[in-house]
Amino acid sequence: MRFPSPGLSNPPGGIDNKTNRKKPIGGLMDIVVRNLSKRFGSFQAVDNVSFAIPGGQLVALLGPSGSGKSTILRAIAGLETPDSGTIELVGEEATNLPTKDRGVGFVFQHYALFRHMTVRQNIAFGLEIQKVPKGEIKSRVDELLGLVQMSNFADRYPIQLSGGQRQRVALARALAPKPRVLLLDEPFGALDARVRDELRVWLRRLHDESHVTSLFVTHDQQEAFEVCDQVVVLNKGRVEQMGPPQELYEKPASAFVTEFLGQVNILKAETVMGMDIDDERPLPVPLPGTPGGAIYVRPHDLEVSVIRDNRPGWPATIRRLTPLGWLARLELTLPDGTAVHVQITHSACQEMGLVQGQDVYVRPRDIKIFEEPGIASPTADYVI
Amino acid sequence: MKPQGRTFETMSWPQRFLVLAVLAWFCLLILGPAAALLRRALAPGLGAFVDALTQPDALESLLLTGKITLIVTICNTIFGIAMALVLVRQRFWGHRLMDAMLDMPFAVSPIIAGLMLVILYGPRSSLGGWLDSIGIPIVYHLPGMILAGLFVTLPLVVRSIVPILEEVGSDQEEVASTLGAGPWVTFCRVTFPTIRWGIAYGAAMVVARCLGEFGALLVVSGNVIGRTQTATLYVHEQVESFEPYGAFAMSTVLAGVSFVLLIGLELLQNHIRRRQFADDKNEISIAGPIKPTRRH
Repeated sequence: MRFPSPGLSNPPGGIDNKTNRKKPIGGLMDIVVRNLSKRFGSFQAVDNVSFAIPGGQLVALLGPSGSGKSTILRAIAGLETPDSGTIELVGEEATNLPTKDRGVGFVFQHYALFRHMTVRQNIAFGLEIQKVPKGEIKSRVDELLGLVQMSNFADRYPIQLSGGQRQRVALARALAPKPRVLLLDEPFGALDARVRDELRVWLRRLHDESHVTSLFVTHDQQEAFEVCDQVVVLNKGRVEQMGPPQELYEKPASAFVTEFLGQVNILKAETVMGMDIDDERPLPVPLPGTPGGAIYVRPHDLEVSVIRDNRPGWPATIRRLTPLGWLARLELTLPDGTAVHVQITHSACQEMGLVQGQDVYVRPRDIKIFEEPGIASPTADYVI
Repeated sequence: MKPQGRTFETMSWPQRFLVLAVLAWFCLLILGPAAALLRRALAPGLGAFVDALTQPDALESLLLTGKITLIVTICNTIFGIAMALVLVRQRFWGHRLMDAMLDMPFAVSPIIAGLMLVILYGPRSSLGGWLDSIGIPIVYHLPGMILAGLFVTLPLVVRSIVPILEEVGSDQEEVASTLGAGPWVTFCRVTFPTIRWGIAYGAAMVVARCLGEFGALLVVSGNVIGRTQTATLYVHEQVESFEPYGAFAMSTVLAGVSFVLLIGLELLQNHIRRRQFADDKNEISIAGPIKPTRRH
């Protein structure tokens, strides 16, 4: 099997050169992973993972280190042999296909550019392997150099480039042979924050133009949310949840997802139970049945008021008030000593005239309740 | 952008003393003896020097040394590359033992190495006797001398490649495979260019070591003049027979070849650094600051 012959960008809805099959965006599944497991010694890196990535999407594999995300990506590329499970690429069984025949583009965290080759030679490598005619190689490389804004650096060696430039070259090299899917393993992990932000935006734009199905490994929640159409959240080698970023944030399926995606207060059931002063209108908190369960409230889902105003609320004391530009961060303590973090706008804070040491009332707008503990045990008061 | 060294004028006294001490040590150990040899070898004039080297026994021994060096260098370069790749990239039972044992030729005296070969392949051993009977004599013949050369130079190429392979990692090779390259193409176009200067360095060390090898060859060759006498054995014989001039001339040739080899390697390395790594400040300012990249 060969890659589709290199041409200009593969138009959405166009004809795939090899299979003559219509390729609508978001239609067929381009990457299908079924029951994938991989063990390194006694460490279960990937544990029965299944998911499917629709064609043309940019999807993130998000999880903390050791969650198995890189191993899954490497298994899809054929760089790692799974213990069990199957992998399908663009409708074709690929589990036992050697890496060189999979037609995947791979981008490493540390660029992995060929140091003894110039930028141009690096990008041309995959095309030369396919024995593409010289003239075609030149025009394709020139096109990619333009795409990654490296035309002026074509004859440089990798050592003469900055980190961001190197990663752009690595991306161009991966895209050159028109891969069926693009796999990126923490591509911006080794770059400093400013370059990382630029490249994120740039990658998203690049994807919107080329529509190559891409899978993107990251441990950075913000990166995943900013760049990707869908996010697969992984924990301890298992899929916790998959969906569009906003859906994951609003409807997390587990305590782990809630904790991993942004800041959250974790309150023990006992802390909140019996704290409703207003018995006639108790807080709408359906308390968990089991004592291990906990209540999850995001800092911006808490309201603060100085007077009770006939509404239900938990009494609390402001321990610390930190203005952060347009935001203000409040650190409150409940009567039993539990710390609760709240984010409100700085103007609201000023209107109420909040000061440190003041007694206030706090009430949640939105809560999540999970019986199973997530990353932290429910006894921990606060997790970032 | 390396910090520039200080010149002698700007140094403090202890620093000057250290520089002088190091220079003196270098002269005493390397420059002095080398100059003394060169002076004695060239004292009777160039004609006598050439005469001494063109004696039939001298020529014969040089030729033999050349043969052994050529064969050993080719074999140990090829096997050295293979062993280095296996040691760094593969994990198997006995891996660590092999890694540790590989340096044995450095640790064991060459005479002992020669003795081991005589015990295993000598005409009185069963293996040596059998090989002898089918017409492949090992000890006291060329094959034994090549084996001795292979033994004493085994780690050189391996040890000069392993650190490069470890430092570079397998990312580049993995990228090549995702771009459609098979193992052989990946080796030729990615791995080999990465380690070629390590290979050249290791091979040059093998050449130098082969030219100078004495102990193991002495035991294995039997030192038959005109047949199994190498250049170093010739030097030894000339010194013993109170005709030292032949020894001076031959030693000068051997030392000279090694010296040229070292200088050549140094120049090559500089050349390649200049091409692949930017020294030119103008280039850097256009490209932006070079950020050191580190693998974790």
